[in-house]
Amino acid sequence: MIGRVYALVRARNLEFLRDRSTLGWNILLPVLLVAGLAAVFGGGVRPLFKVGVIGDMDQAREQTRLEFTQYFAGDDFEALREKVGRHQIDALLIPAEGRYYYNPASPKGGVIHRMLEGGAWAGVEEHGAGLRYIDWLLPGILGMNIMFSCLFGVGYVIVRYRKNGYLKRLSVTPVTALDFVLAQIVSRLLLIVVITVAVFMGTNAIFEFPVRGSYLDLFILTVLGCASMVSIGLLVAARIASEELAGGVLNFAAWPMMLLCEVWFSLDGAPQWVHQLALALPLTHLLTGARAIMFDGATLAQLSTQLAALGGIAVVCITLASLSFRWRQA
Amino acid sequence: MVAQTPLLQAQDLHKNYGDVEAVRGISFALEPGVCFGLLGPNGAGKTTTIEILEGVLPVSSGEVLYKGAPRGGQFLQEVGIAFQATALQDYLTVRDQLKLFRSFYVDPMPLDELVELCALGELLGRDSRKLSGGQRQRLLLALALVNDPELVFLDEPTTGLDPQARRNVWSLLEGIKARGKTILLSTHYMEEAYRLCDEIAIVDHGRIIAQGSPDQLLAGHFDETVIALPITPDLLPQDLPLDYIETAMGVEIITPDVDSALKALAFAGTPLAGMELRNRTLEDLFLELTGEELRA
Repeated sequence: MIGRVYALVRARNLEFLRDRSTLGWNILLPVLLVAGLAAVFGGGVRPLFKVGVIGDMDQAREQTRLEFTQYFAGDDFEALREKVGRHQIDALLIPAEGRYYYNPASPKGGVIHRMLEGGAWAGVEEHGAGLRYIDWLLPGILGMNIMFSCLFGVGYVIVRYRKNGYLKRLSVTPVTALDFVLAQIVSRLLLIVVITVAVFMGTNAIFEFPVRGSYLDLFILTVLGCASMVSIGLLVAARIASEELAGGVLNFAAWPMMLLCEVWFSLDGAPQWVHQLALALPLTHLLTGARAIMFDGATLAQLSTQLAALGGIAVVCITLASLSFRWRQA
Repeated sequence: MVAQTPLLQAQDLHKNYGDVEAVRGISFALEPGVCFGLLGPNGAGKTTTIEILEGVLPVSSGEVLYKGAPRGGQFLQEVGIAFQATALQDYLTVRDQLKLFRSFYVDPMPLDELVELCALGELLGRDSRKLSGGQRQRLLLALALVNDPELVFLDEPTTGLDPQARRNVWSLLEGIKARGKTILLSTHYMEEAYRLCDEIAIVDHGRIIAQGSPDQLLAGHFDETVIALPITPDLLPQDLPLDYIETAMGVEIITPDVDSALKALAFAGTPLAGMELRNRTLEDLFLELTGEELRA
């Protein structure tokens, strides 16, 4: 038995090692992830709290002495106060007034309040129009699900079709690359939009999320967001014939979105280049837009930047995927 | 009488993979209504040739003409193709698969007709992953015929099937031939080529080494009969005035004059129990032409 297992292990190892592209990705991906995470979250101990300061930063640090806290400077009082209310930052300090704003519904905000209460500073509750953390988190969770479903559901399946020869069979019918690509987009769009709407309605029945804007606008934004994610999956799968390589490349596309698109936490205080990078990722625009519609009642006209970004990514990726599409393994 | 334009023409096709020359100057013309067979062993270049003609593979040099002109946009609407191995989409029934492929064509064959032609009536509701080898081949054949094509490419349609399933597929192919379809078939089964093809090109090492109707090919090369005896050579008389070859089944005596050979064997007291007489076959012809067996 040991001999058989050894032979199988050896054969599988040879297969893996001789597939150079897959091997490359398996080495490159963790290295890039570590490098990326170090660049975003590096610099010693990762802070637990994120606190905005309007005014004298040194005075704020000196007087509050909050441990494990990232202080960052800001100047837009209304915007930062709103972020406290939305759980995007844990507190806002105004040294000149000896005041701090915190959200009692936020666990981290509550801890900061415990540390500061009884001191020289006065605490002001900021309820953020009744937003709970779950309200802020919901678009992130749904967006992440959309992203994984679109990237892997489309990318992986196409690579499998190519590997097993099904695409080769289609290539000798009148079906064109554009027909096939569009069919994949429409199919995945229908599935993921129905699933997302169902999950939203189901969880909404329990949690009663605030939606101040139009449901139709939210729906349109979601469809466009899905289209842009599917188009990235298609582009990745346009030529690859190895499922393992496709997995590596899709992970490479997915992980930056997981970390940089404010799925779980806000990017306030992160370096400027991280914000710039996040703007190149479709999930950022989907989540920014969805939260603006839900919490601020924004209209599609006010979200033209997000819509243009999502539409642009979709058009560019679909065009490139159709042009570079390969029916069969090289 | 005006000569008919061939439906498909291969003109000096060459295909290289790096230093390997898989196809080395193949030319032939396929007349409408003919079943043309590419017969050869595995690795002879049959699949490469057929995939060049289908438009799947680019050619290194040479030209393919369809109805006298380079293949245009209509080519894929008008031909049907069955590869040697084809995966289909999972979780679809036979009916789903047929409907899917019908939707690709402007003027597909009516579903009932297609189902009857390929004997799929009892399988329509079955998950296509759960078909036997022969049933699956019938489905793949139906997918190749879904557009009621003028020209059908079949790459080794019975490879891997048991003899019963193979004969079933042959019957279906004869039905397709009877409808006047032009068929380009590749096979390494001599019996298949002999039974189905009006014209055969024997392919070896990327070249056509003989071409014609099966009977023409045999008549052109052989005028002998084979006398097969299930005995070891030492049972043959020492002074037998006949040449023989040793085979797995015994010995074979190849002679242009059966009467004289049989008389000589009987006169010498050779045991004749289990004797068989047969004409020379395409298998023999291949052996004669290449010195190798046609691996079936």
